[in-house]
Parts: sequence; C-alpha cells; structure tokens
Amino acid sequence: MNSFQGKHISWTCADAVVELALHRKPLNELGAETLVEMEQFIEVLATAGDRASALVIHSTLKEGFCAGADLRELYSRIQQAKKSEWLAGERAFLERTHRVLNAIDTSPLTTIAAVQGVCFGGGFELALACDLIIADKTARFCFPELRLGLIPGFGGIPRLKRDLGNAVVRDILLTGRSINAAKAQTVGLVSQVAGEGEALRLARVTAAQIGKFDRSASAAAKRFIKPIPHEELQREMDIFCELLQSRVVQQALRKFVESTDALPYLP
Amino acid sequence: MPTLDQTLDEILKLAAEHFKVPRTGLSPDDDFFKKLGINSLQALELLTRLESHFRIELPDYELQGVSDFRTLAERVQSRL
Repeated sequence: MNSFQGKHISWTCADAVVELALHRKPLNELGAETLVEMEQFIEVLATAGDRASALVIHSTLKEGFCAGADLRELYSRIQQAKKSEWLAGERAFLERTHRVLNAIDTSPLTTIAAVQGVCFGGGFELALACDLIIADKTARFCFPELRLGLIPGFGGIPRLKRDLGNAVVRDILLTGRSINAAKAQTVGLVSQVAGEGEALRLARVTAAQIGKFDRSASAAAKRFIKPIPHEELQREMDIFCELLQSRVVQQALRKFVESTDALPYLP
Repeated sequence: MPTLDQTLDEILKLAAEHFKVPRTGLSPDDDFFKKLGINSLQALELLTRLESHFRIELPDYELQGVSDFRTLAERVQSRL
C-alpha cells in the first residue's frame, strides 16, 4: 500500500521515503482512534524496508507536532468503568502504544521526526522513538506528566535517558518545563534547527541524503548504535499504572477536562 | 545591558508584532492574556520569541501567576 488517508493520520511512500502525517485537531492528541490507525501503519512499515530508506513523521497542524495523550479520553475511560476494568484497559492501551513506538524505534528505515510547535508528553515520546529530530524554531519539548501526578508512560524516560545526560533528563522530567529548539539542540536532542515552517522541507532533504546509502548497511549501523531499553520500558509502564490510580491524578485529570485552555497544566 | 524599561518596550513591540496588534494599544500593566486574547498555547509562542530575542532561557514555571507585561519584563530582565 503506497498511501493511506485516515481520519487522524495519513501516509505515503514515494521516492524511497515513507511520510507519516499527523492531522488530528486540535493538537494531534493520541487517543484510541489514532492508536488503531498507527497500528495499521506499523503493519505497512514492517514491509517497507524493500522500497524505502527513510520515514519522516510530521504534523500538518501549524500549532504543533503533538500535545501528547488524549487526556480527556483517558479521564472518560476512567470515569465509565470500575477500577479493575479501567486499570486493565489502560495497561492494554499502554502496551499497544509501546508496540507502535517500538516498531518505529526498531524500523530498518532511518526515522526522522519533523517538529514544529508543541511536542509534549506522548508527542515527545513519538519524536524520541525516531532516529533524528529536526525541529523548527517554534518547537518546544516537554514532559508535563509530573504536573498531573504521573510520569511519561509511552517510553519517554528510557528513551530520553538513552539520548541525553542524566542531569538534563532530571531537569526536563522533574521540573516539567518546556525547552525550546535551540536548547534542545544544545543538549543533543535535536539534530538540526530550521526556520519557522521549514522542518519538513529539511527532513525531506535529509531523507534524500539517507536514501543514497546502502539500506542494509544503514539498518546494521542503526541496530548497532541504538539499543532498545526493554526492561526500563516495562518498568515505566508499571510505575505509570501505579500512579494512575492515585487521587492526585484523578483530580488533575478532572481539572484538565474542566478547563477550556489548550494546555491547562501550564505553567 | 538594557534597562528594565528598554526590556519592557522590546517585549511590548515583540508581542504587538507576533500577535499583529498595534503597539500603541499595549500598555505595561495590561493583562496580556485578556488584551491579546491568547491562551496558554499562544503564550508559549510568545515565550519562544522572547527567549530567542533576548537569548535567554525562561522556564515556563517562572511565569506562574504572571499576566502583565511589566512583571514579564522583570522576569526577562533577571535573566540578562
């Protein structure tokens, strides 16, 4: 399948580059429907190695790449079921999301996240699953989960630890602050900073460069350089599910849902 | 190093330019959320502009409770 137009994501494959576009308004929040489409996408991605060298993931929404998990949907699921049911459901949701991100993380294609604007929470985790992050100067990266009484649950902590020094990880995680593209490049998170609106163009140019190399050699180099922190990914899910049960989280989610602001947990 | 008044003036100019409103319509003690009609997402955009313009880092939590340009300028000034 060389193209797919879904409700929340779309993809194409042309000139040895797969492009995955996120387009769920308002900010590509990752909910149940998006997850189903992403699961369809990784089935296709698994067979793309014979005709593509690179995957570029981007958002068509000017406001940003992705604001993270759909917290309104999460709150609704928690409210509508008994605790034992919703907890099992949330664990299953996490594990399915991990399968998607692990597939991107381990893809033989070189993967590039082209980021503009908000790249928060689960959106940041999606970008971290990629080999390269190319950000435009409007990009901001954040793990706001502690503001809600949670930790990242989609693999953010192990993947951030994989890429950055522990002091930077502690700063980002424990303060919950957002950092801009320049800072993200300085600490080694972002490989290139583009002018406003130029991240996708730069990602495509980079993908074309990657396409010049032997695919087997690139895939072998990637397997060598990029360990997958399987145990820590599981442990992060365990901790997330423990914290999800707390009153603090329930209250924070209710406050989030009752707000009309785009990012009500800021500052 | 610029004075606080110079920093404040720069911030008012940047805000006017970014949100496409007349500079003359903005005052130091205005609530920028209400005056500019912006939400937290757009406030982050302004933060990014300010960080780039003044070459500083300004953690968003330092803006807790800040809603007027004058106090915002004080926060920026403290990082220069």
